[in-house]
Amino acid sequence: MRPLIVIRRTPKIDFMRWHVAGLVFSVVLTVLTIGIFVTKGLNYGIDFIGGTLIEARVSPGPADLGAMRSKIDALRLGEPSLQTFGSPNDVLIRLPQQPGGDAAQQKAIQAVRDALGSGVDYRRVEVVGPSVGSELIRAGVLATVLALGAIMIYVWFRFEWQFGLGATIATLHDVVTTVGLFAIFQLEFNLTTLAAILTIAGYSINDTVVIYDRVRESMRKYRTMPFRDLINLALNETLSRTILTVSTVALAVLALLFFGGEVLRGFSIAMLWGIVIGTYSSLFIAAPLLYYVQPNRRAIARGADAADAGAERASR
Amino acid sequence: MLYFANWKILLVIVVCAAGVIFSLPNLFTPAQLSHLPNFIPHKQVALGLDLRGGSYLLLEVDVAAAQRERLNAVIDTTRGALLNAKIGYTGLNVEGDAITFQVRELNRIDDARQALAKIDPDLVTEIGNDGAGTIKFTALATEARRRQAVEQSIEIIRRRIDETGTKEPTIQREGTSRILVQLPGVDNPEHVKALLGKTAKLTFQLVDAGVSVDDARRGRLPPGDEVLQAADDPRGRNSGATAYVVRKRVMVGGDTLVDAQATFQNNEPVVSFRFDSVGGKRFGDATRENVGKPFAIVLDSKVISAPVIREAITGGSGIISGSFTVQSASDLALLLRAGALPAPITVLEERSVGPDLGADSIHSGAVASIVGVALVVVFMVLFYGLFGIFADIALFFNLCLMLAGLSVLGATLTLPGIAGIALTMGMAVDANVLVYERIREEVRGGRSMLSSLEAGFTRAFGTILDSHVTTLVAGILLYWLGSGPIKGFAVTLSIGVLTSLFSAILVTRLLIVTWVRQLKPKVIPL
Repeated sequence: MRPLIVIRRTPKIDFMRWHVAGLVFSVVLTVLTIGIFVTKGLNYGIDFIGGTLIEARVSPGPADLGAMRSKIDALRLGEPSLQTFGSPNDVLIRLPQQPGGDAAQQKAIQAVRDALGSGVDYRRVEVVGPSVGSELIRAGVLATVLALGAIMIYVWFRFEWQFGLGATIATLHDVVTTVGLFAIFQLEFNLTTLAAILTIAGYSINDTVVIYDRVRESMRKYRTMPFRDLINLALNETLSRTILTVSTVALAVLALLFFGGEVLRGFSIAMLWGIVIGTYSSLFIAAPLLYYVQPNRRAIARGADAADAGAERASR
Repeated sequence: MLYFANWKILLVIVVCAAGVIFSLPNLFTPAQLSHLPNFIPHKQVALGLDLRGGSYLLLEVDVAAAQRERLNAVIDTTRGALLNAKIGYTGLNVEGDAITFQVRELNRIDDARQALAKIDPDLVTEIGNDGAGTIKFTALATEARRRQAVEQSIEIIRRRIDETGTKEPTIQREGTSRILVQLPGVDNPEHVKALLGKTAKLTFQLVDAGVSVDDARRGRLPPGDEVLQAADDPRGRNSGATAYVVRKRVMVGGDTLVDAQATFQNNEPVVSFRFDSVGGKRFGDATRENVGKPFAIVLDSKVISAPVIREAITGGSGIISGSFTVQSASDLALLLRAGALPAPITVLEERSVGPDLGADSIHSGAVASIVGVALVVVFMVLFYGLFGIFADIALFFNLCLMLAGLSVLGATLTLPGIAGIALTMGMAVDANVLVYERIREEVRGGRSMLSSLEAGFTRAFGTILDSHVTTLVAGILLYWLGSGPIKGFAVTLSIGVLTSLFSAILVTRLLIVTWVRQLKPKVIPL
């Protein structure tokens, strides 16, 4: 049984022709992200800033948001926010942190329950205190920094430092611009988003490593080929793999986005963006960066000879 | 390529079979499982609270409050010691984590040091040459006290939750002074939270009938007395007093109770209690000496009621009447049975999910995973034909192994965890893609069929390993630093990385080797 769809020939795309445009685009995107992050900030979920989240299902629906809002506004609990969540029957109510400690949060929930009366099913209640929120932010930042650091050290260890540097910059770019997506569109940034970002870091590096592996191999094979052509060759040779892998992961993520329900929506959006930007950065950032910090070809060639000798010894 | 060591073949078959067997129980309901014979594994994947519904509470033991309370007790001892030694002092107070005071006569400083050195080995007393003194607990004692308070709190919380009839609660220490409580199936945690939030410190104290509350508030509070508020009165039947002046000295404490039950007296809900022998004797003595006077029943510094002692109560048991409802009487009885918390507790974080939402989440997670896997399976067949089918078979075993791993390890599956499974399915075939693309290249490069297959697997292996390790790094960090549902995601992601490494390389390879050996094909269908 043969495949129905085959990418027959190795393409001959001149990726390096576009790399300057790619670098400029990425710098602009990164600066834009940082700018918006600084000025507008992120729309943090209660995981990070504390507060109360109530998911209520109104029956019979649809929920009358206006009436619910005025009932809750009358309670004077800071600035509550209401929005429908998935179906018109489901409402997500967010209350800011109430002054007066834990008991005050509980009282606020009770007040909302009393105000909304019967016919409302409380599907989810989440209360996060301010101290926990700041700890979660710290843990999240720490996890991201450590992940990037660990990945860089691993790539450095497996390749040359130039690869480690390129991989880290590309991954950092993906992480920063994913945060940027959430800043620009003011999507809720919560713990699941953070999980998505770390997964993106892992995925993006995966893509980069595959291409770097090929660059290194080509460096051993074609010792006199100009470096620019060599990068192009590696990118073209791995292109079908890149496209196929992106497709399978994207299929899985699209399934999550469309069928995974409201709770996973933020996660799926972040992942989808991360896959696209991660693939882009492997092609247009990570690989071209090697052009600017060229790995030592002689050392890699020596490594190849040593590896061959080792393999020979082992096979004997 | 044709060579595939027999032990490896055996290993692959055994692992795959184990994966299927250990993931099988997840297809059955618990009721069906109980009818299956014993040799079949019964362990299912444990569902997180976000899927099965329930409450997650992160509590903090207010250790500082326990410490303050203990310092307040030390103040009395200090006062006594200084009085005994006839040493004048001023400003004896608790400030932060220390008691401070000023010795009046500087020539008595050494005497003061001596007098205070004996009161408690856990205390460090320092008196400067200007007569300013501080008393603190030693770091060791503070630490021991903290640990004790947290452990005792866990025990009390466990008792209280058990009394409410919650099934399979998880109560564990988290960090230094936190307690994580997970209550599966509890839809409305308000009641449980209300029970956990109460310290439930019960004391019996004499009312000082000689002073009115107003006088006491105007500053004429006799030493050794305190003003306590009356408890909330939901039914408005109390005698009308809103506060009482009571003796600080505790006649008997709630720690001497052995039992408490909610019952009725004159059609009113009341709480009956029984003392242990020590408490019974003390209560008997105290009531005998104070017949005709009122005494206060104090719960968490609020007076529930203040009945007049008509006669000595020597039976070792009694009844608390107040303005109870049936619910509040049975709650109080429960709290008294479970015992008082050594320190106040606050809820830092609460996440409650109703069973409906949990069921919806399972449903949407399952649909998303099935659709995702189906898309990937079709995709692989479209692009790789027969080899795509091999990859799909490996994917099936990967899924089994993941479920088996989750079941056997007792890991908790959360909604983000399901997302992790779906995602891993998409990523797992990456290893196959790498191998197959490599084989194609080798074929194009003019290698023979067998050596292309061989080269495809060996050359792609390094790349596959690198890419898996980096994802695993992210997974481990997430597990380490994440909390709750995120940990679930980290677990499935990490297990998935490991199982996909096995299935995409060994299982696919075995399938291809078998295919080559059995059918002796001339060309690779890629």
